Amino acid sequence: MTVADALLLALGVIAVGSGALVVTSTHLVRAGLYLVISLGAIAGLYLVLGAELVAWVQVLVYVGAVVVLLLFAVMLTRAPIGPSDDLDRPAWPALLVGAGVGLGLAVLLADAFRWTVYALPEPGTAQRMGEQIFGGWVLPFEIISILLLAALIGAIVLSRPDIGARTGEPAED
Amino acid sequence: MPLWLDLTVRVVAVVAAFLVLPLVVGQAEHKVMAHMQARLGPMYAGGFHGWAQLIADGVKFVQKEDITPRDADRRVFELAPIVALFPYLLVFLAIPLGPGSLVAQSMDIGLFFVLAVLGVGVVAVLMSAWASANKYSLLGGLRGAAQLLGYELPLVLAAASVAMAAGTLSLPGIVDAWSPWWLLWQLPAAVVFFVSGVAEIRRPPFDMPIADSELVFGYMTEYTGLRFAFFLLAEYVGIVVIAALTTVLFLGGWHGPFAEQLGWLWTLAKTFAVSFVIIWMRVTFPRLREDQLQRLCWLVLVPVALAQLVLTAAVKVLT
Repeated sequence: MTVADALLLALGVIAVGSGALVVTSTHLVRAGLYLVISLGAIAGLYLVLGAELVAWVQVLVYVGAVVVLLLFAVMLTRAPIGPSDDLDRPAWPALLVGAGVGLGLAVLLADAFRWTVYALPEPGTAQRMGEQIFGGWVLPFEIISILLLAALIGAIVLSRPDIGARTGEPAED
Repeated sequence: MPLWLDLTVRVVAVVAAFLVLPLVVGQAEHKVMAHMQARLGPMYAGGFHGWAQLIADGVKFVQKEDITPRDADRRVFELAPIVALFPYLLVFLAIPLGPGSLVAQSMDIGLFFVLAVLGVGVVAVLMSAWASANKYSLLGGLRGAAQLLGYELPLVLAAASVAMAAGTLSLPGIVDAWSPWWLLWQLPAAVVFFVSGVAEIRRPPFDMPIADSELVFGYMTEYTGLRFAFFLLAEYVGIVVIAALTTVLFLGGWHGPFAEQLGWLWTLAKTFAVSFVIIWMRVTFPRLREDQLQRLCWLVLVPVALAQLVLTAAVKVLT
């Protein structure tokens, strides 16, 4: 077992463990903070695998923005300190679905790769990443851009009552 | 040099810089504020012009009782100051001091790394705000989170403009590609970066989350002793980091006469000059109102940053 293997295992345990705490903790805000740890550990996994850019994108987008928005929303509505005992969480169906998906994916991956050993690709530098995105993957990239732009425009329209579809005419676009 | 020695030297240098530079900036703040506001400032500790005041402050903070409010979420409350401080320590790793390999950790995507790690600071604000079990803290934290999330956008856009101009995300690479003409070409981006950087570290006039006349002391209200000192230290390290980043991205880093030998001196001198401006702003400007703060970000800084991106792209394509 190499250092990288040990690191992968440790980070994986942290990610899965804090992920489990996210859904089992009765402290609302703490659950969000566990999510920070879980996503941070996944960024660590990317780092160990040599995907530096992806790792820091993970930190910038998920830890620095998505979870923060989530915590922000929770704190704006209801964020008691200490456990909340009125959370309605369907524990058994959730356990069934979660464990089923996890197990299924694990079996699928294990079966697909068996004991084949793959060499890691060379570390993903910004240049290689850019060449890939704007070379081979330029069409998906552009489609995602349009999707995000549409979402942005939608958010603006929804949040501004003065330009919405209140007049009765169907909104264009 | 063997690897372990090299590594030790780099780590020790980063930690030393992390401990010394903020103190220098702190002392400078005492003195600059005192002179600008025509008041004495601390003059006794240590004899000569109160040079030991910061050390005395440190001793005072250590001696103070460490209080955690009864209703607070203890673990989160105690962890928050460390989460506030730690990202800045990581950022120090990536800032190049001089030409060659005078950087603790040369990274291919240094700029991206720095921006990503700085973004983690918001979590510390929310943690301290919520865990304090105090209404003022929570209000301050919510203001802080809204401010940090908002200002991250112009910050990243302005940095992207420089990365585009240099054609690289590596911080030493950006300084290498820099030429004096950039002072004019990238001026709007530099102003946007500097202003949103000051807002990112919540310094006056952008200290709405702390706003001592409205929110006691915002998300830091309940902190005492060493934990409060950690937040204070994070603020001063923040000044150094934002000043150093402005220097590296927009002011040419180590470029100057005798850059080969004295590059590190140029970087430090420029960093301190920018730090001086940050202190100057604190003394000069009144605090912005919350709506003015958001208005400045979304209606001024973001459009300017976007326009700068267009300009940068146009110049890059045409030349």
